[in-house]
Amino acid sequence: MDMERTASETDLFQTDRRKRPMEKDSPFKKMAGAGLRRRKALQSAVFFLIRLAAVINGAALFVILFFMVKNGIGAINWTFLTQPPIDSMTRGGILPCIVGTLALSLGAIVIAMPIGVASAIYLNEYARPGKVLRLIRLGINNLAGVPSIVFGLFGLALFVVYFKMGVSIAAGALTLGAMTLPVIIGATEEALRAVPDTYREASLGLGATKWQTIYRVVLPAAMPGILTGGILGISRAAGETAPIMFTAAVFFTPVLPSSIFDEVMALPYHIYVLATAGTEIAKTRPLQYGTALVLIALVLGMNLVAIVYRSHLRKKMRN
Amino acid sequence: MSQTTEAVKIPDPGSERPLKMASEHLNFFYGDFEALHDVNLEFYENEVTALIGPSGCGKSTYLRCLNRMNDLIPISRVEGKILLDGDDIYAPDVDVVSLRSRIGMVFQKPNPFPKTIFENIAYGMKVNGLRKKSEIEARVEQSLLQAALWDEVKDRLDDTALGLSGGQQQRLCIARALAVEPEVLLMDEPCSALDPIATQKIEELIHQLKELYTIIIVTHNMQQAARVSDITAFFYLGKLIEIGVTDTLFTRPKLKQTEDYITGRFG
Repeated sequence: MDMERTASETDLFQTDRRKRPMEKDSPFKKMAGAGLRRRKALQSAVFFLIRLAAVINGAALFVILFFMVKNGIGAINWTFLTQPPIDSMTRGGILPCIVGTLALSLGAIVIAMPIGVASAIYLNEYARPGKVLRLIRLGINNLAGVPSIVFGLFGLALFVVYFKMGVSIAAGALTLGAMTLPVIIGATEEALRAVPDTYREASLGLGATKWQTIYRVVLPAAMPGILTGGILGISRAAGETAPIMFTAAVFFTPVLPSSIFDEVMALPYHIYVLATAGTEIAKTRPLQYGTALVLIALVLGMNLVAIVYRSHLRKKMRN
Repeated sequence: MSQTTEAVKIPDPGSERPLKMASEHLNFFYGDFEALHDVNLEFYENEVTALIGPSGCGKSTYLRCLNRMNDLIPISRVEGKILLDGDDIYAPDVDVVSLRSRIGMVFQKPNPFPKTIFENIAYGMKVNGLRKKSEIEARVEQSLLQAALWDEVKDRLDDTALGLSGGQQQRLCIARALAVEPEVLLMDEPCSALDPIATQKIEELIHQLKELYTIIIVTHNMQQAARVSDITAFFYLGKLIEIGVTDTLFTRPKLKQTEDYITGRFG
């Protein structure tokens, strides 16, 4: 029946129009008009809320920074950064803490990066789907959920006591490294997945082995993402208190560490100590904020280095 | 793998060149799905064979069997034999890695590595163990000459390969494959992502390359198959329907199904 009509006549919308032409005050148009205003208003409201959420997110960082700077900048001076604390830590500096935190963070990364990257390579490039793979993934995901204080106790039991490392940089770095592993593995896997399979195919098609492909093509291409993960990991490690409380950090030590088996002071732990355990808490308040400011600066500084290096790598690849 | 090449005279389709590769009763499965059924095909030295057929007919799958690229797919399974110079490439003692340096592949979408032009070409040589700088440089130049790309890039070998145009990138991928000095070159719709001028350049290239290599090309474009190949094989739904000398297949196909596809009655 329809085939006898022309194209324009079979068009449904046209047919409706022919039956009920669209006049300015047609009931359909009135309905559409009112609905349109309501839909647009709803859209504006939702966009406003979304934007508000984003602003709150960004503002939170600035609020924290502002608060820390306002309260802590007074304590920052050359002595603060280069001298050890004196007078029951009501005066002096935090040099041992800076050294300790740097040593622990670097140690954590030295341990977590090779193991984490290797694990991610295995999971993404070699592992066959199956029970074993599921079990490994389950382990990694749950590792990320273990509370940091549990890591601290774990480190105490295993590294400090059982392996007889004592309270030391070594024990602390190992504990922090274990904590940082899921971050590294996650970021590295994502970076590896982002490398197109066409690169792998091209490489294998030229007679390369799988490892050659990974080493010469996949890893270099994934490097920016892997480094990002590394810096995220090191930033987290720098700020953690619970894992180092039992394994590396001490209330006070008069000397800077000379070996990895020495105990150290650390920035986050020092904040805790000053705020709760010192003998003159109120007096040390400015020092607490100063220490926090130094810690934040350290972490932000490391992030900045990573961002700069990563964009340099990206530019080199795009050239 | 043995290196003896026997010159075999085949009465049909009339080739006098030696047999380079062949598949015998090849069946291929993706899991339970049979993608290729009993494919018997022969490829002769220094000839260009085109594989044509509608989408999903298995021609790319077949091509990827020839250099065991389908091994990368975990659920894939092969039955039957594929012979290179008379030896079954699916035999248990075959080293796939060295097989792939004898059979090169060019893919549908140009895929140069995110490295310099020089590094791209040198890659195949380096992974196969060549270390001598002078020899690498010589072969890079030779490969780029063979791929008709040398003049365009000789002054910027240290620039990133990703800065080349699509057609240049594809010629780079061809040069990269040739640098390993393969015996057979597999091309999976190499021009489908390129503009007509780049396509023409690559088709001319194939004419020149067949003097040195045995070429098997999958193409969606029947006119291209007619322009470029000596022998054409028509696939449909995983089966080889007809094979013949290109001119004959396109002007006087034996089977109606072939004729219907060639004249565009289905596709």
